[in-house]
Amino acid sequence: MARYIAGRIGYLIITLFIIASFTFLLMQLLPGSPFNSEKLTADQIQILKHEYNLDDPIPIQFIHYIGGMLHGDFGVSFTYDGRPVSDLIVHRIGPSATIGFEAVVFGTIVGLLLGIIAALKRNTYIDYLAMFIAVLGISIPSFVFAGLLQYYIGVKLEWLPIAFWGGFKFHIMPAFSLAVGVIANIARFMRTEMLDVLGQDYIVTATAKGLSKASVIFKHSVRNAMIPIVTILGPMVVGIMTGSLVIEQIFAIPGIGDQFVNSITKRDYPMIMGTTLLFSILFLVVILIVDILYGVIDPRIRLGGGRKS
Amino acid sequence: MDKLLEIKDLQVTFKTYAATVQAVRGVNLTVNKRETLAIVGESGSGKSVTSKAIMGLIPNPPGKITGGEILFEGTDLTKLSERKMQKYRGNEISMIFQDPMTSLNPTMTIGKQIAEGLRKHQGLSKSEARKRAVQLLDLVGIPNPQVRVKQYPHEFSGGMRQRVVIAIALACNPKLLIADEPTTALDVTIQAQILDLMKDLQAKMDTAIILITHDLGVVANMAHRVAVMYGGKIVETGTVDEIFYRPKHPYTWGLLSSMPKLHTRQSELLAIPGTPPDLANPPKGCPFAARCPHAMKVCTEFMPDYSDVSDTQQVACWLQDERAPKVEPPETIGVGGRTR
Repeated sequence: MARYIAGRIGYLIITLFIIASFTFLLMQLLPGSPFNSEKLTADQIQILKHEYNLDDPIPIQFIHYIGGMLHGDFGVSFTYDGRPVSDLIVHRIGPSATIGFEAVVFGTIVGLLLGIIAALKRNTYIDYLAMFIAVLGISIPSFVFAGLLQYYIGVKLEWLPIAFWGGFKFHIMPAFSLAVGVIANIARFMRTEMLDVLGQDYIVTATAKGLSKASVIFKHSVRNAMIPIVTILGPMVVGIMTGSLVIEQIFAIPGIGDQFVNSITKRDYPMIMGTTLLFSILFLVVILIVDILYGVIDPRIRLGGGRKS
Repeated sequence: MDKLLEIKDLQVTFKTYAATVQAVRGVNLTVNKRETLAIVGESGSGKSVTSKAIMGLIPNPPGKITGGEILFEGTDLTKLSERKMQKYRGNEISMIFQDPMTSLNPTMTIGKQIAEGLRKHQGLSKSEARKRAVQLLDLVGIPNPQVRVKQYPHEFSGGMRQRVVIAIALACNPKLLIADEPTTALDVTIQAQILDLMKDLQAKMDTAIILITHDLGVVANMAHRVAVMYGGKIVETGTVDEIFYRPKHPYTWGLLSSMPKLHTRQSELLAIPGTPPDLANPPKGCPFAARCPHAMKVCTEFMPDYSDVSDTQQVACWLQDERAPKVEPPETIGVGGRTR
């Protein structure tokens, strides 16, 4: 097991290096430069370029960057006068991750329940209602929900603040807007998986033992139905925790999604690189965790050809 | 002989989009204590549905018991609430299923799967149930039970899994064990072992067995009495000797003839021509009439009553009527190859 994880971390580092190289090259292909202002003279631009080592040949810049990266130095931002990229990211990731985490936890729980209920009551109006909600959640974009929530709950009822970042009150509406998609996806998957599992022979065996319905459902069905859910949950967690540009804009949340898009339009190269690498690391780590989780949920999966042949 | 289970005029239907299928159409059966009753018949004859009805495992919807009684020691199981039925399942009546590869939960240790029933029905503690699970694994002939109890189903072979399934079924000393084609999915050599095990355990535990199968070799080996089902009805019942040596129903003849023989060279296997009746639209008369070589006019119009051939053998066939022509069973029914 330890050997397996060590091996996976090795691959993770190689993958990161490849991602870093590609991003670096793609970034150079972007037209324009960080210093495109008409107020600057050619000399000033030259001085700025020299200041940030942008006048070196690209391979040299690349080696510099990777060298710094290995020391944990991701460079300084071009737009935020001299502030290190790592500081800026740490500062910005908090709100995004908080809202994302709340949305994933809430969305997963509600989605699972909705899916389980729909499967148990299949082809009844409860099932149709649950799947109607799921289809709504998938087809209506989150910013529509966000707008509706702001208008009715924020403006009309004045129950919750419309925007900005503060205590838990400020999290509720953005987290819920993000959770809608999670609920919808998880519910639809869970329903299908539950129906599949409920039709399996071992469910009949469990019922034939005289177990109560609740035992059959929770001890025997849900766990087996969860296995494929874990697969979609991993990438979903990363996607949501790394911030949603739209939701962050609508609720004026100082998150990382907003920051990322800004850094691209401003050609803030170190910022683009830093954020991309952060997202990649998160993604790779979550996939690793998901793979390890498989082994925990499903005993048939032994990681890395471990102890049993 | 004490009656353990008595089924009276059981009727089960399934609703499909196209029509209502009458899977079981008035089955009467008795099972005595400690005896093995085999129910034989081809696919779709209603054998499995009958056994599922006893366990209260007919999925509703689409299935429904529309009539009749299932008396287990005098209690009508069809009238019990789901909660009360749970006290019978796995405790008084247990079931073994056809495919051991799919009938165990892949994500739960087999020890836990055996212990579940014990904890529910006998109120054992976790450690007591674990101990008993080890004993049961030993009883069904699984070597090294202390270690095996902690393992998952995928670490067992098919035959070993079926032993686990039997251990689960016998955990609470049930009075009746329903085995729904317990050996169909196994290798022939393993089949014999599993059947021997079942026989052995039956003697040890005084359990009655309903054995559902279409393998007549298994029947000859295991059963005391046989019920032959066709088209949702029982067409003939009798002791094993009566069914094998003095069968009366043309369908039983057909079944016996289609069994491959070992002592003669057959270039071709015998089959019963035609297909079973459509139970969404069952025939008025005898269900076998369309395929019966001896069918008469009356057969397609009226269902024959049961007539007693002996104290233990009943048959539903118009050939038993005194006005019918005397028909001798074909020679091909000879019980030559008792395959097993």
